Amino acid sequence: MAKKVLLGNEAIVRGALEAGVSFVTGYPGCPSAEIGEEFLRIAKKEGIYAEWATNEKVALESAIGASFSGLKSLINMKSFGINVCSDSLLPLAYTGVKAPMVIVVADDPSCHSSAQSEQDSRGYAFLSHIPVLEPADVQECYEFTKLGFEISEKFNIPVILRTTTRVNHQRAIVEFNEIASSQAPRNDGNFVKNPHQFCTMPPRVLEMKKELLEKMEKIKQFAEKSKINKIENSLKIGNSKLGIITSGVSYLYVKEALGELGLNLPILKLGFFYPLPDKTVLKFIKGQKKVLVVEELNGYIENGIKIIAKDANLKTEILGKNVLPEIGELNTEKIILALLKVLKLKIGKLENSLKIESLCCNSAELSENLKLEIPRRFPKLCEGCPHLYTLAAIKRAAPENTVFGGDIGCYMIAGYPPHNMQDYVFSMGSSMGISHGIVKATSPAFAKASAGKQKVISLIGDATFFHAGIQGLINMVYNKSNSLVVILDNRITAMTGHQPNPGMGKNGMGETVEELKIEDIVRACGVKHIKVLDPINVKELEETVKDFLTKDEVSVIISKRICALLERRQPKSESLQVVE
Amino acid sequence: MKNFNIIIAGVGGQGLITLVKIITEAAFIEGCDVKSSELHGLSQRGGSVIVHIRFGKKIYSPLVKTGGADLIIGLEELEGLRAHVFAGPQTKFLVNKYFSPFIGTLPEEKIMENLNKIAKNNLYLVEASKICKEKLQNEVVSSLYLLGFCVNEKLIPLSGGSIFEAIKKTMPEKFVDLNIKAFELSKNI
Ligand SMILES: Cc1ncc(C[n+]2csc(CCOP(=O)(O)OP(=O)(O)O)c2C)c(N)n1
Ligand code: SF4
Repeated sequence: MAKKVLLGNEAIVRGALEAGVSFVTGYPGCPSAEIGEEFLRIAKKEGIYAEWATNEKVALESAIGASFSGLKSLINMKSFGINVCSDSLLPLAYTGVKAPMVIVVADDPSCHSSAQSEQDSRGYAFLSHIPVLEPADVQECYEFTKLGFEISEKFNIPVILRTTTRVNHQRAIVEFNEIASSQAPRNDGNFVKNPHQFCTMPPRVLEMKKELLEKMEKIKQFAEKSKINKIENSLKIGNSKLGIITSGVSYLYVKEALGELGLNLPILKLGFFYPLPDKTVLKFIKGQKKVLVVEELNGYIENGIKIIAKDANLKTEILGKNVLPEIGELNTEKIILALLKVLKLKIGKLENSLKIESLCCNSAELSENLKLEIPRRFPKLCEGCPHLYTLAAIKRAAPENTVFGGDIGCYMIAGYPPHNMQDYVFSMGSSMGISHGIVKATSPAFAKASAGKQKVISLIGDATFFHAGIQGLINMVYNKSNSLVVILDNRITAMTGHQPNPGMGKNGMGETVEELKIEDIVRACGVKHIKVLDPINVKELEETVKDFLTKDEVSVIISKRICALLERRQPKSESLQVVE
Repeated sequence: MKNFNIIIAGVGGQGLITLVKIITEAAFIEGCDVKSSELHGLSQRGGSVIVHIRFGKKIYSPLVKTGGADLIIGLEELEGLRAHVFAGPQTKFLVNKYFSPFIGTLPEEKIMENLNKIAKNNLYLVEASKICKEKLQNEVVSSLYLLGFCVNEKLIPLSGGSIFEAIKKTMPEKFVDLNIKAFELSKNI
């Protein structure tokens, strides 16, 4: 046993190493990126195979291949990654895994570092029937990762470890074990043919679904016995005013809030989000007048518990999203306020009322005293950022009512003042698909650029182009668009912390590889008007934009200049130096 | 010992994460339970960043409550002021006399006026960036200078020795000297 302060993401890596992970892949994003980065840093030393894939779907598929060949695998991604890989995730639940697999999906309640949506990825449990574990703290990151591999091994099913920003980016003391020599990473995979299990074709596919549902029943029984669903203060059940059911980081806020209020209530802390341990839940809620479900984002657990209570004909009142927000992350204060409401307590009646009062009111009072709104500091492009040149030149060259299609990367800052050059933004690679629709809808004479009322320019980064952009471009060419695409090639995946991509000639392990030339890909997609230039040559860029906007076919400008931050910084050092 | 709650506020790129690493490690060295929460990503590109550190006997939540900070370290003036929601009547404010303006910001005098209004006698204004730039030709280590100031002025219940050890344990070797220099600089001024 050793103890160390670790970041949640580092604890996940540690747990996976102890579980004997041999194959690691994923796609960078916030707040999961440090998992992949740490694995890539130690891969050679530990004898693990690790990579950044081109996107999350490919990552999952590679891990499926590794698993079918007998190697333990881990895939890491941010919330939206699970949307991208879901097409293969669902059949994977049917086939099951051969060697254990853990999929880390990191959500970002409050969207601290996410555009797109405040996604609660736990919902995929219902779609896929894949077990989901929710750690609350760094110790649990470590333990649940190990447990995830155990569950996966026992039931031949992938396991999702669902984390959130306040868990991934939490630092705390972790107690961990030695890495047993029996769990040394392996590279001796062997693919043994088994089409019966690996091909999800009809009629077998429905049989597989049946097998999956039967498996879920067994996993449910396992969850009933699992220590990670734990009841605290069980003696109080039945004679306290309220019981609390909680999961993930919310558990920590609940403990803090109860301590603050001097309350000692029974708590059921669920480590399993899915499957829900019905019997354990029933045991907990039976005989309680009221139960408050404390979970972030969607009220999935609350709904599950309402069903359990109804089926058992219980009178227990189940509360949750009626007193807690569905938007934004939770914290201790929000839970204190919910508890006061549910228990009909007045702040002043409490023993330590002064403290609570200051807690709930002080900040508001202070701000009120200040009579001051503190202006928002918008994120901005770094000094010398190549996107600055690109955006400025395009703005000057494009006509007034040009539509700017945004995509996901540092250049999203185009949407903030003073640029204001982003008319929509959705998901990685989406700029071109949406541009295409706009062009087709607004140009009656379709193919003729001159006939279009508005010019449409898509702005997309190099990493995003490789991730999910190419199909959008092919569609534009195939369906005769006339729109302009600017690929902002800063030679790296910058926003998520500077990970390499296929355009760099270096892979995640730092090996020299074939450098994919974006212009070659664009040409192969059938684009005729292509220009590669350095945006520092502002005049040339402006002229090219003006020229390409008159074309009757798709045109592409590759605005190529290295990210200024990358240029300034030395190569990433040995420690887990997370980019600031 | 009562739990100790710190908020560090600054602008992305000012070395906040380094400070979190060092303080959490130092608290661990002193035998405390400790939790922190930091943010990476979009907020980092020159946006506002707030990190939370808590240590003491037993820590559950990694987040400091509104009004619950014992110490607020502002690496930039406006960001120090922005963190005032975490301040209660006893909170100590240590603010770097460094201003990073942007379009639509408050004027510096107004920030100072409000900081004084909130923190009253508990405001410590220190020219960390300026001093580090002059003496060490490096502004980013001003966060370490401020940490040194906290220890000297007993704004933080951690010993210089533990922080020293924490710097050595958490920083890449080539940066240790510079950071220790910045940490010790505040003693001599
Ligand atoms: C499906 C999905 N995976 C990962 C992310 C996280 N993410 C945000 S921006 C980005 C890539 C940015 O790279 P690039 O397009 O090259 O732009 P840059 O930041 O370098 O300017 C990624 C991977 C995401 N938003 N969605
Ligand atoms: S990290 Fe690079 S690409 Fe992103 S804003 Fe800074 S210089 Fe530009």
